[in-house]
Amino acid sequence: MRLGAGTFAACCVAIEVLGVAIFLRGFFPAPVRSSSTTEHRAESPAPEPSAGASSNWTKLPPPLFGKVVIMLIDALRDDFVFGSKGVKFMPYVTYLVERGASHSFVAEAKPPTVTMPRIKALMTGSIPGFVDVIRNLNSPVLLEDNVLRQAKAAGKRVIFYGDETWVKLFPKHFVEYDGTTSFFVSDYTEVDNNVTRHLEKVLKREDWDLLILHYLGLDHIGHLSGPNSPLIGQKLSEMDGVLMKIHMALLSKEKEALLPSLLVLCGDHGMSETGSHGASSTEEVNTALVLISSAFERKPVGDRRHPKRVQQTDLAATLAIGLGLPIPRNNVGRLLFPVVEGKPVREQLRFLHLNTVQLSKLLQGNVPLYEKDPGFEQFKMSERLHGNWIKRYLEENSSEVLLNLGSKVLRQYLDALQTLSLSLSRQVVQYDMYSMAVGATLVLEVLALLLLSIPKALSPAAELDVPLSSPLFSLLFYLTILVLSAIHVVVCTSTESTCYFCSMPWLAAGGAMLLMSALLCAIVSALTKTVVSAKRVGKNPAPPSVRWSELDLLILLGTMGHILSLGASSFIEEEHQTWYFLVSTLCLALCQEVCRNHFLGSDGDPQCGLREEPGPEGAMLTMQDGAEGCAALEEDRTRAAASAFERLGSMEQRMVLASPWAVLCCCRLLRALNQTGVQGAHRPDLGHWLTSSDHKAALSVLAALSLLAVFLLVQRRCSPMSKVALALGLLGVYCYRAAIGNVMSPWQRGNNDISKGIVEARFVYVFVFGILFTGTKDLLRSQVAAIAIKARTVGLWEIYSGLVLLAALLLRPHNLPVLVSSLLVQTLMAKFVWKPLNHGVAEVTVMHYWFGQAFFYFQGNSNNIATVDVSAGFVGLERYVEVPAVFLTAFATYVGPVLWASHLVNYLSSESSSHSALRHACFCYALICSIPVSAYIILVTSLRYHLFIWSVFSPKLLYEGMHLFVTAAICVFFTAMDQTRLTKP
Amino acid sequence: MKDTDIRRLLYAHLLCIFSVILSTFIPSLFLEDFSVLETHLTWLCICSVSVTAVNLVFYLVVKPNPPSRRSSLSHKVGRFLKCCIYFLMSCFCFHVIFVLYGAPLIELALETFLFAVILSTFTTVPCLCLLGPNIKAWLRVFSRNGVTSIWENSLQITTISSFVGSWLGAFPIPLDWERPWQVWPISCTLGATFGYVAGLAVSPLWIYWNRKQLTYKNN
Repeated sequence: MRLGAGTFAACCVAIEVLGVAIFLRGFFPAPVRSSSTTEHRAESPAPEPSAGASSNWTKLPPPLFGKVVIMLIDALRDDFVFGSKGVKFMPYVTYLVERGASHSFVAEAKPPTVTMPRIKALMTGSIPGFVDVIRNLNSPVLLEDNVLRQAKAAGKRVIFYGDETWVKLFPKHFVEYDGTTSFFVSDYTEVDNNVTRHLEKVLKREDWDLLILHYLGLDHIGHLSGPNSPLIGQKLSEMDGVLMKIHMALLSKEKEALLPSLLVLCGDHGMSETGSHGASSTEEVNTALVLISSAFERKPVGDRRHPKRVQQTDLAATLAIGLGLPIPRNNVGRLLFPVVEGKPVREQLRFLHLNTVQLSKLLQGNVPLYEKDPGFEQFKMSERLHGNWIKRYLEENSSEVLLNLGSKVLRQYLDALQTLSLSLSRQVVQYDMYSMAVGATLVLEVLALLLLSIPKALSPAAELDVPLSSPLFSLLFYLTILVLSAIHVVVCTSTESTCYFCSMPWLAAGGAMLLMSALLCAIVSALTKTVVSAKRVGKNPAPPSVRWSELDLLILLGTMGHILSLGASSFIEEEHQTWYFLVSTLCLALCQEVCRNHFLGSDGDPQCGLREEPGPEGAMLTMQDGAEGCAALEEDRTRAAASAFERLGSMEQRMVLASPWAVLCCCRLLRALNQTGVQGAHRPDLGHWLTSSDHKAALSVLAALSLLAVFLLVQRRCSPMSKVALALGLLGVYCYRAAIGNVMSPWQRGNNDISKGIVEARFVYVFVFGILFTGTKDLLRSQVAAIAIKARTVGLWEIYSGLVLLAALLLRPHNLPVLVSSLLVQTLMAKFVWKPLNHGVAEVTVMHYWFGQAFFYFQGNSNNIATVDVSAGFVGLERYVEVPAVFLTAFATYVGPVLWASHLVNYLSSESSSHSALRHACFCYALICSIPVSAYIILVTSLRYHLFIWSVFSPKLLYEGMHLFVTAAICVFFTAMDQTRLTKP
Repeated sequence: MKDTDIRRLLYAHLLCIFSVILSTFIPSLFLEDFSVLETHLTWLCICSVSVTAVNLVFYLVVKPNPPSRRSSLSHKVGRFLKCCIYFLMSCFCFHVIFVLYGAPLIELALETFLFAVILSTFTTVPCLCLLGPNIKAWLRVFSRNGVTSIWENSLQITTISSFVGSWLGAFPIPLDWERPWQVWPISCTLGATFGYVAGLAVSPLWIYWNRKQLTYKNN
């Protein structure tokens, strides 16, 4: 089957989108979440189960501890407390662990072993997945149910000193706090002194219930000099002293208090042998956890057992029970049983029951077949036993039998808890490698196919042979399918963790496998063809050496450099700098080309004596003196460009010379408009200046001028009808902004009522649809009528102007200059650079792509989810409606790439004489977009245990996926335009 | 003829490299706490002056380009003044380009300007010495196949390598390593210097290597 290069590229990108979607689904496992997360109404606690006789204990059990102090030491690895270092440097803690009234554990943290997710895990008892971050749009506030929220609701007074991450996570939860920043890693004394200095006073006071201390110094020392540095010992001794001070103070207080107090010593994550953390090695995962309270039994001398291994999430449930609070909803941890061991059996059972009920509720919300889960069965069983026990307990008060039965029920409960907790936590932590592999394979196969078909697709005919029937008869195809399905069966039946690709219906999974093997066959056949043709060419002597112009070289190097830069987290954070840099360099390269054509155009290349004889002899000569080689092709183009140049008037020549500089100036101004990225985000920029309420007048003038400029730039090629519509639409945009109070309106002075601007926005939507409709109508008419070309050009331009109008509505008013400059740069480049210099289709396409990317960042976007302007999704809508809101937000975010791509269609269909230009452009666009995506997928897979995987790499992955989706839409649009042309003779 | 030319070129370039190296070491004998990174601006000035001086002396002594026909004193002085103006203009041009590339407009203006000066020293000064204030000749040398002697060829190589060096020097700036040399414009000036030195070192070798293929129209 023969396909146009454009159609082929569109299909490829569509398959790639599928691959990326599967990959993303595997990369971001769904979180374990109770169904009623958003509502926080107080549920009544589960009553004590009872068979027949009614138990009167329906309220929450009272707190076990009066005051609780949590001393969290960042990067407190287990051997710092329980190992030789602990014995040496932390004598008091060692004494408490070995003989005192304490319980010690090795708490296992789940990767990513980074502070913020770990704090969330400690306080919510859940395992934070990345999806949480997206769901909260990077809002740092912890919205999930957690111990601190419950404590606050119960009227407990919480005090916090230490890492300011807590203050961001729990704003307004603390009655008193002092945050220290962890920004200066080289400081390891001040950060801790800033925490300790408060202790003296606080420990004397009575007005708190929960005190949280987060010490950062140990982690900083680890980052600086590793876990074996002598500084570690000093720091541990210091911490030991602090802990002793707190413990003494608590003990002295306890005498007059009713309830005992609890001191918790814990770490958030461990420390690897190099001193960093983030991944999942044993050293990073194991943390120390020591609970100290006089309520616990003192241990006999010489009883030095190795501490039990527990999960870090278990602390949340324990704290909740200890403070007499409801267990956080999404908790997957279980109560640390030794803590309640000293209590009467009835209370112990009650605590365990509460925990099990909470876990089983969570299981019901997340697993469809929860009734078959062994944990749930165990829970039902133990609940029944518990009920029987209560009945017997209420009847006959105490006996030996009752105690024995009670301990049996306890064991049953503990088993149930363990099974439930395991099956819940298994769902979140692991990457679903199988789905990731399937997605990555699809994407890479498509990329290979695209790369292999470059020579064919960029040939003048721009058509490709896609062998669709041959795979059906090839052995390879069936073998691959067989192997793939064998792998599928093996993986899906053996794996313990849930896997998305396995849970897909068989038909869909089979389809994906079919696609994979078909692609493999296509690649193999394309490869053989290339090799064969290369051999044939190899026999011919002297293939014409096409020399790359400086611009091609820049484009190639720029693309490569960009891909390489994706491996560094800073370059991803500051990706806008890469694009600005590339675009500036592109402008300078264009400037150089323009100058050369201008000054040397008439007598250019005097040394090159070959241009009279551009034939095989010329090519031969070129090969011989490589330094002087000017290939015939390149030479022809330069000639043509130079002669085209000469035909321009002197005024236009001057414009040609000036336009790259004008573009550079434009870009520099836009750079100052929105500071984005991480390092520069806090710097003052024009955008903030404009949006501050003092400068509303300036913003209004700017917005009005920008809208006027948009009209002037767009109207010149529109039909009269759409000119009027455009003018009214832009007026409507201003009215909308005035109505919602962004800009001042000239006709409502001093009137401060701010509406949602629904009417105005819908007024603009009407014109957007009108212009798009006229454009489509013109395009359709061009298929049948004789005046095809003109109607087509006008139709395309109208679609373009409709998109511009929509962008003007959705962009924030201070970003309107971005839209204007985008239009201005497009006009300048098209008229004075691409046309006179006769750039090839591939070059023009890549330049459009680069500019599109740069404008994406000019608008204030970055690779951080937080910069997405969500408000665009509410323009003209009464309330949140999912489909239009998502569409509008996506359009507003990707305005730059979309507008540039649609300008590309316009430019090529109006200027280019070659009938295959659009197909070439589509192919190039698909290729240039899919290379970074594929490279990035491989990178992310290999860096999945990187320290910044959740904060930097994952959001970028989402952006890349979305960008690919937009690209697919653009490619389909290209192909559609190409089809309308094909039908014309 | 050719081999002697290449040898002269090599010596000249070695002299230039030597002057760059000396400019990093000699001042510490006279100035207290001088170091390339901490007192960067001083180093920039010294390096620029020394490289300019070496270039001037060398081109006055060796005279690689054929002497011009008119050699009256007033003509020479006019030519010299013109060269100075060209140099200043190139400094301002580079400054503008740096700002367009994203250098801060107001703060660090002196640093940016000194970067422009040092880049002009590496690129414009040799051009002025060799080609004189003649834009057409410059454009000819820097277009493809426009060189007419090994001097011009080496000029092309060193200039382009200086530009590429300063271009590459901008890449480490966004990285979060927090090293002292990542501050604007130190990495760029260092990149330009390394590019210049590399160009100086490579160009005689490259010309020597390709001496069979290189045929110049005019000699």
